[in-house]
Amino acid sequence: MARTRPRVAIVGAGPAGAFAAACLLRACGDAEIDLFERLPTPWGLLRGGVAPDHQEIKRLEDTFDRQTLRRGCRFLGNVEVGVDVSHAELMRHYTAVIYATGAQTDKSLGIAGEDLPGSWAATEFVAWYNGHPDYRDLEFDLSARRAVVIGNGNVAADVARMLTLGARELECTDIADHALEALRESRIEEVIVLGRRGPAQAAFTSAELRELGHLDGVDTRVDADDLELDPVSRRWLAEQGTFTARTNVELLREFAARPARPDARRRIELRFLRSPVDIHGTGRVEAIDVRRNEIVRADDGSLRARAVDEDSETIACGLVLRSVGYRAVPLPDVPFDERRFVLPNERGRVRTPDGAPLPGVYAVGWIKRGPTGILGTNKRDAEETVSCLADDMAAAALRQPPNPGREQIDALLAERKPGLVTVAGWRAIDGDELERGRSEQRPRVKLASRDELLAAAAATAPSPAAAGS
Amino acid sequence: MTYVIVGSCIKDDSCIEVCPVDCIHPRLGAPDFEAVEQLYIDPEECIDCDACVEACPVDAIFADFELPEKYDYALDLNGQFFGERSSAERTAG
Repeated sequence: MARTRPRVAIVGAGPAGAFAAACLLRACGDAEIDLFERLPTPWGLLRGGVAPDHQEIKRLEDTFDRQTLRRGCRFLGNVEVGVDVSHAELMRHYTAVIYATGAQTDKSLGIAGEDLPGSWAATEFVAWYNGHPDYRDLEFDLSARRAVVIGNGNVAADVARMLTLGARELECTDIADHALEALRESRIEEVIVLGRRGPAQAAFTSAELRELGHLDGVDTRVDADDLELDPVSRRWLAEQGTFTARTNVELLREFAARPARPDARRRIELRFLRSPVDIHGTGRVEAIDVRRNEIVRADDGSLRARAVDEDSETIACGLVLRSVGYRAVPLPDVPFDERRFVLPNERGRVRTPDGAPLPGVYAVGWIKRGPTGILGTNKRDAEETVSCLADDMAAAALRQPPNPGREQIDALLAERKPGLVTVAGWRAIDGDELERGRSEQRPRVKLASRDELLAAAAATAPSPAAAGS
Repeated sequence: MTYVIVGSCIKDDSCIEVCPVDCIHPRLGAPDFEAVEQLYIDPEECIDCDACVEACPVDAIFADFELPEKYDYALDLNGQFFGERSSAERTAG
């Protein structure tokens, strides 16, 4: 019996969605895939998260483009599933729907003063300097001498680096123009990075930590006392610690042993075993109180930070960026696990909270497994989800949607979303940005407002040669 | 000589897929695969074929004699990684 051509909607065109589309095309070459995206541009955090000075990583977009859009996968940008088109409507038009919506909010610290002006989620700062159109109008006050970054992961390292790089280093990246302008005028001289736990537990990759210690004109300091490992951490590092953890501790010792550089333009100071307890100021952030912790082994074997005493130290600062983790938000009309902040699923097959299967609904990436891993982790994750989907198709477990024609979803979208951005629209945006980049000797100059992006998408797409892709 | 992977590795496994001698570690499915922050090429096994360089989507692989200065650390780090692994294997064995 002839099998009907499967039609699959992927919701979210970030790395997880892109890897899923590529993998699905490999597994099932005749699948018709529509990649839905809330923004007018694809590739999610590759464009809006990866730091502008990490251009080499952004080259992954060429692979995504080659393996998805250039193989017939369609891009349907500027469409928000749950707002412009509902989950039920997608189920009426597609054989399967794969959610790849990521983790869109940050975890809060839960301390007083967190909402004062000058206290931000690091992810807001990241989205702002990367030209995410929803964050363009944020105003970061960079007039104070000191900033405090809370957290010990790669996002914390990224924002500390972006606050200390020189204008000349930023100018040759694709940083958003509004951010470049603001950072040129920045008066921040010192960035203090606080880790709740000790140096052995820091979540930085050693690549990011090494970079932090080798910035031009930046004196990166660690107090040697902070690197005295407690017996619990010492034992953990020797017996269970990862290669990265051991490399990190070695790097930090190197930083601590270096002579101070009074001639440095800016300073980064890494402080460990410190928890923020209070952010305060009159009308805006003026200082943060931190308390010392020690490492204890919890009943489940994990190493936790525990406050040593009630005394706190006050650090004067004008900017606080918190980076203590991401969290997914519930999506309309699909189940959500409120405890783990993911779509309840088994290897990517979405289930109801009580475990009943939801045929035809899948998840991939952070919305499936939580915000862990690095870019490539999504590839294995996508392979798992796609193999479940392929098995379900082979077992004829998916029903044929009532409106299976491409023209049917196209008609619905034309009615709902006049500003729909297709592949041609994205190519026009891409061509425009690359062209602007060429004239300024930058990799790309981003169009950072929704209006500009939509205007570029609506303009006649340049010829393939001019698009330079 | 050998090829060496630098810290911008995103652990996309394209290099593992194309390596004709399976010298890129950890291998897919190995217990430490998700724990490592990048992949490493075993200099003892690498046959300098260049296939991984072509496959890497973020240009994170270089021949040792062409390693850009900012990645000077990568060769030593590579050595340490395999040093720890072989001593772990000896301990386990």
